[in-house]
Amino acid sequence: MRVTRAGADKISSRISLSRRDLLRAVIGASLYPCFSPVAKAANRIHPHSRKAVVITFGGGARDDETFGPDGLENIPHLLNDLMPQATFFTRVVNEGILGHYVATASIACGAYEKFNNFAAVPPESPTVFEYFRKGLARQSADTWVVAPSNGFNLIGQSSNSLYGPGYGAGVILPKRLLRAALPSGSAREYGNLLRDNYETPLYAPSIVGNDIDPHVLAEMLKLTFAEFVQHARTLTSPDELSVYLARRLMQQFSPSLLWLTLHDMDIAHTGAFSLYLDGIQRTDRLCAEVWHAIQSDPEYANKTTMFILPDFGRDGDAAPGGNGFQHHRSGDAVSRTTWMMVLGPGIRENVYVSRPVKSTDLVPTLGKLFGFPTPYAQGNVLNEIA
Amino acid sequence: MRPSELKPEHFNRYPLEAGELARSYVPIFRQLPLAFIPLLLREVISYDWQFPVEKAELQAQLRYLGTLSAAQRSQLMTPFANLQLPKALKDIDWVNSPEVFNTQLSAVLWTTTQIGQFTAASENYIKGFYTSKAPVSLPLPRFTLVSVGRGVSENRYPLFRKLRRQGTYYTQVKTENGVRLAVDALGARSETCPIPFGHWYISGADEDALANSRMTYVSYGALSQVRAALLEKMTQAIQSGRGLEALHAELLKLQPGDFGLAHSGDQGILNHFKVNVLTQGSGTQIFSTSFVEWTAREAMRRAQPITMFVRFAPRRRSASMDEMISESSQEMGVDPQGSLIDADMGSYYIWLNQCRLPGANASSFLVWFEEHGIACCVSPLHKPGTESDQPVDLAQLIRSAGSP
Repeated sequence: MRVTRAGADKISSRISLSRRDLLRAVIGASLYPCFSPVAKAANRIHPHSRKAVVITFGGGARDDETFGPDGLENIPHLLNDLMPQATFFTRVVNEGILGHYVATASIACGAYEKFNNFAAVPPESPTVFEYFRKGLARQSADTWVVAPSNGFNLIGQSSNSLYGPGYGAGVILPKRLLRAALPSGSAREYGNLLRDNYETPLYAPSIVGNDIDPHVLAEMLKLTFAEFVQHARTLTSPDELSVYLARRLMQQFSPSLLWLTLHDMDIAHTGAFSLYLDGIQRTDRLCAEVWHAIQSDPEYANKTTMFILPDFGRDGDAAPGGNGFQHHRSGDAVSRTTWMMVLGPGIRENVYVSRPVKSTDLVPTLGKLFGFPTPYAQGNVLNEIA
Repeated sequence: MRPSELKPEHFNRYPLEAGELARSYVPIFRQLPLAFIPLLLREVISYDWQFPVEKAELQAQLRYLGTLSAAQRSQLMTPFANLQLPKALKDIDWVNSPEVFNTQLSAVLWTTTQIGQFTAASENYIKGFYTSKAPVSLPLPRFTLVSVGRGVSENRYPLFRKLRRQGTYYTQVKTENGVRLAVDALGARSETCPIPFGHWYISGADEDALANSRMTYVSYGALSQVRAALLEKMTQAIQSGRGLEALHAELLKLQPGDFGLAHSGDQGILNHFKVNVLTQGSGTQIFSTSFVEWTAREAMRRAQPITMFVRFAPRRRSASMDEMISESSQEMGVDPQGSLIDADMGSYYIWLNQCRLPGANASSFLVWFEEHGIACCVSPLHKPGTESDQPVDLAQLIRSAGSP
């Protein structure tokens, strides 16, 4: 069947409707009231106190395994703990390239980047971290990215000459830090650890660029290598390591803008469905853990807005060019349509927004919340949030 | 080079049969746009190692292109011709390396946001081709039997959730000697209707002793040396730092001979298929469940078998962080429960692929949880969304769904 633009819109809309109906039925969420201004509390937070934590899933998750009828069992925390406190966007469309680094960079820039997903290049458009630091004259320790290894090391700052050096975020690649902390060995010995690019498990782009020297980073986080390795051995997955470091950052620097990209679920590319489900269930738990960490930290409680969004979906079962959950190669509506959950002071609770929005809308929304300009961003401010 | 400049001698480096085929269609090729012709040549260049059904399909497709009127050809090809391609792409030797061209074309289409136009154009072309084809008459209705859950003692995962909506869910299936029974029953089908590559047995373990000589047999276990050699080549390529495109191109060049496998005759065709599954399927080198699902998918797509027996087996366990960072090279254990969940989804995808083949309306599909008395059957005889708790023999289910 030929899928026209109108057909894809219809499919995308149907996905959104299905999420909406489920949320209504399962947890009694209601439609975001039209023409309702954002609760005033959101605007009462002093700009200097305001904080935001963004969690993206670099792995893509489909409705079938999350907000679909068969998927709810995989997301008990998102559904029961977080959703009752959240505004939920049921139809977030990603119109860009469906590769994890380029898509995450696009979300972080508020503009669709068009570089080769596997190239070691920074984004061309300014990132939200640069807008934040330049616009609000913030120090480098006030914004951080914790991301899966390799390609993501350049996500902290763009090549835009008006921004770039001096305005970027510190980027932490947890597995690189772990590798540095391990006893010296050949690259081959830790090949399994570093082979994190499930999309092309054969390829690990060499690290070139501006992530922080692991020794300096460990010192900044007041973490000995031995302690770090010992803790890593107790964990189940690389995403748990990422959350561990994100929490460490919160304790040491209390950054105002923290970006965390989780990646475990991208193991779907190996075709092992149960491991993909494990990844989703772990991500669900980790999102709740981060939210609880925010609520229990006086530096963050009651002044932090948290955004959770997959970078995109994965191929639908019906796409003949794909292999269902395994990849995101078809560019079909299922792989482009996802959702976003927003929690925090002033955010309306247990409501959903069914109008279509774009993944590039996040950056202008953060700009409006914090009060910094985002001149190169293509998206629009989400009025339901800011 | 532009397609309009093609000459018969440009195909001199093609394998024997492929070269002959290509040279006889040069006048047609000259009229095709650059964004389209390498997709076709990718099929042509592998003609010598294609299954009989694939060869027939390709020949039909070439004839179809030859019978199109100018207006019809324009209607199908203009969307491809309208795609904007960079010069670097035009400079690729797309005649002899169509796959390299296609890989780079894909990257260009995504980065220039033309992927949607390309997909729509491709779907329109495929639809036109299949509409033109005469209906296929099969000697037997297709039947696929999938066996899942080997090694699982207790299960709490809701099995066959997606398939149950399509057929009947059985909860009291007598399954003594089930695998032997299944192989014998499907072997009988293959003897009734001996079509080359028409009956397949795909295993996630190594079950040579069970294999029926009339069935095309592919197993994960039997390919252990090939997998090890391939992973070694991949590791070397990664360490060389040559980059993704180079690595991909190197994998595409690998032939059965590179692994000490026969490369001529019917065995050569099958060995090419096996090497393709391992070099082009994600995870097929590591997880037996991914290998089985992808092999079944590719066999369905390419060979269009009328009989298929697919038996999943436990895959290796995923490594914990501690194991990933430890220096020991201890053998990983297996994960029967996770493999059951993989196989459950894999079964659904195998059924979906069967539904895409000619004769789908008359096809039958049976999936069975080994040694646990649970099965699900989707066929014209089984009402969607029904359940049966009546005792039934596996043999009886096979007979009703798939006997000749």
